[in-house]
Amino acid sequence: MTTLLDRKLLLVTGKGGVGKTSVVAALALLASSWGKRTLACEVDAKGNLSSVLETGPTEFKEREVHPNLFAMSMDTEESLKEYLALNLKLPLMTRLGPLAPLARMFEFVATAAPGVKEILTVGKLAYEVRKGRYDLVVVDAPATGHVVGQLAAPQAINELVRVGLIREQTAWMLDILSDPAQTGLVIVTTPEEMPVSETIELAGRLRSETIVDLAAVVVNRVLPELFGRGEEEVFERLTTPEHAAALTAAAGSEVGPILDAARLAVTLRRTRAGHLERLRNGVGAEVAMLYLPYLFVRTHGLRASHQMAEALAAELGY
Amino acid sequence: MTRPAPRAGSVEQLVAAKEIVVTCGSGGVGKTTTAAAIAAMAAVRQGGTVLVLTIDPARRLADALGVGSLGNEAQRVPAGAFKVAGVPNPRGELWAAMLDTKQSWDDLVLRHAPDKRTAQRILANKLYENITGRFVQSHEYIAMERLYDLHNEGRYDLIVVDTPPTRNAIDFLRAPERMAEFFSSRFLRVLTAPYRSQVMSIASKPFFTVADRILGSQFLQDIAQFFSLMQTMAPGFVERARAVSRLLRDKRTTYVVVSTLEAAPLHEAEFFVDELTSKDFHLGAVVLNKVLPEYLRDEKAAATASDMVGQADALAARMPDELGEPAQLRRVLTEVAESFLRFQVVAQREAEQRSELAVASEVIATAPFFETDIYDLAGLLRLGDEVWA
Repeated sequence: MTTLLDRKLLLVTGKGGVGKTSVVAALALLASSWGKRTLACEVDAKGNLSSVLETGPTEFKEREVHPNLFAMSMDTEESLKEYLALNLKLPLMTRLGPLAPLARMFEFVATAAPGVKEILTVGKLAYEVRKGRYDLVVVDAPATGHVVGQLAAPQAINELVRVGLIREQTAWMLDILSDPAQTGLVIVTTPEEMPVSETIELAGRLRSETIVDLAAVVVNRVLPELFGRGEEEVFERLTTPEHAAALTAAAGSEVGPILDAARLAVTLRRTRAGHLERLRNGVGAEVAMLYLPYLFVRTHGLRASHQMAEALAAELGY
Repeated sequence: MTRPAPRAGSVEQLVAAKEIVVTCGSGGVGKTTTAAAIAAMAAVRQGGTVLVLTIDPARRLADALGVGSLGNEAQRVPAGAFKVAGVPNPRGELWAAMLDTKQSWDDLVLRHAPDKRTAQRILANKLYENITGRFVQSHEYIAMERLYDLHNEGRYDLIVVDTPPTRNAIDFLRAPERMAEFFSSRFLRVLTAPYRSQVMSIASKPFFTVADRILGSQFLQDIAQFFSLMQTMAPGFVERARAVSRLLRDKRTTYVVVSTLEAAPLHEAEFFVDELTSKDFHLGAVVLNKVLPEYLRDEKAAATASDMVGQADALAARMPDELGEPAQLRRVLTEVAESFLRFQVVAQREAEQRSELAVASEVIATAPFFETDIYDLAGLLRLGDEVWA
């Protein structure tokens, strides 16, 4: 389990709304605080990563936003330019005239030809790993529905393209992606119906359709257990009308809303325990499960990200 | 039979006057469920034939509607499901269908290809398979295309559809326009030229020089062949995509933006509302979903809870013995009070977000956070009830 942050490339995915980006921020903050030179990359550039890291907008060109922590956002056109400059020795293409029609052409082909955008994304990430400038690259990858297509792109291209530079390029990408010592996928979920179902389904598809190892499932927003042994019975007795009235009298003020809130917390915790059980059975015992608490906080900024990083460290055994 | 006129400025009134309702918003906010809830309410209260078209392969929704498994073919939600939900006599019919991307693309090709042979060649093309299976935006286009198709069939009085979560919320609405652009593009002709005539135009030369070195000529030929095949469908496709685009902007089509009161989804909802308005789509309502109950913001209860934490010992001593050990009771009282205060922080944050929400929508509906998951028609109607008026 302690090997999670020893990998070179962590691709983090999950259903929308489960806190994927926050987990990316927490992983990156934790790794960088351990002295690892870390690159965090947002693939679907919505700007959420910069808001949980409180860094201001990120660009394709990475920037050190906290000590040891660099952030960037993916841009497939920029990635293509970088690729062309590096591989074809065409510096002019990246700066001058011919690029304008080329970029439009590219946009056009990429819109229609399968895997072009995906390969430029995965390629850039794998390239950063190969170059070894970072100890760890953490990626805020596309949501569950799209991530398999993205990860399967090098294979798909490899099958479709029989010769050419791209073909040679996919070979080393596949090496990096398929090596569990280097690359791992992290699925973020919450202990709720749909996110759990999607996680189980994705875990299955990963195995059958991609070469990437499932490194961990992070269960986010786990509610605290309110009561210890025997205490739940006390609570049940306390919420009977007669005792609730007695408590209101003793406290000198209405306690109805307080008991209602506790009932809500207990019910939620119980419903969610069932989903957690289903999750554990569904993804298989060999996959590491990391639990992060529900944060009762005012805002989800850097402070909350640090709290999550601490919780993550505890889960990883530190 | 008469019924009261719907309250002005409600989701009920909005739905009564429309033929298509599109729910949108970021992932995880409850778009699919909201769409199904609105459709179910319309079928129960307003009557007519109502279809809910879902894009998410939500098995639970199929189960909730009692239709076994959802496919491209619409299925009618059985009367039994309504009976169980406590509505023995719904005014109308509720139908449900799921978008099967591959099937819908195949149908489209069969419709627009000039002849059977070309259609078969397209369907057998490797790139085609990849595009329909993996290529993300194809999903968005085909969803809107299918919606158009179902609307044209004229079988339904109302169609409620949810949308795929996209990188850019507005992407799927522009998909038909992009598809039309794509097929009428000069680039398509340029790109297919080398395959057709082996003559390269000046414009395409730098592209092919680069592309040839990166991709290899075989793959380029595959691409060119694929595009030439696709081009045979261009006239039908372009016309069709434009019609889809018109329907999405039609007055009979309205958009319901769904969000929770969390920062990121709200941010996206605001962006979405702006985009809809500025691009001439008809924003109908904003639904704020999963809102924590109001009693959590009760100031007096918060003060009481703070006191309870501070004076748990004394309080426990004043309670009847039969409740349990005083030490145990003290812990329970402390936990209960602290839990309230924790949830209060979140409820206050939500209220703050709600008051800061800057959207120009006439209808803003709120649906509460339900303690248990929605897993049946009764649950959908419970949610629908909250959103409705």
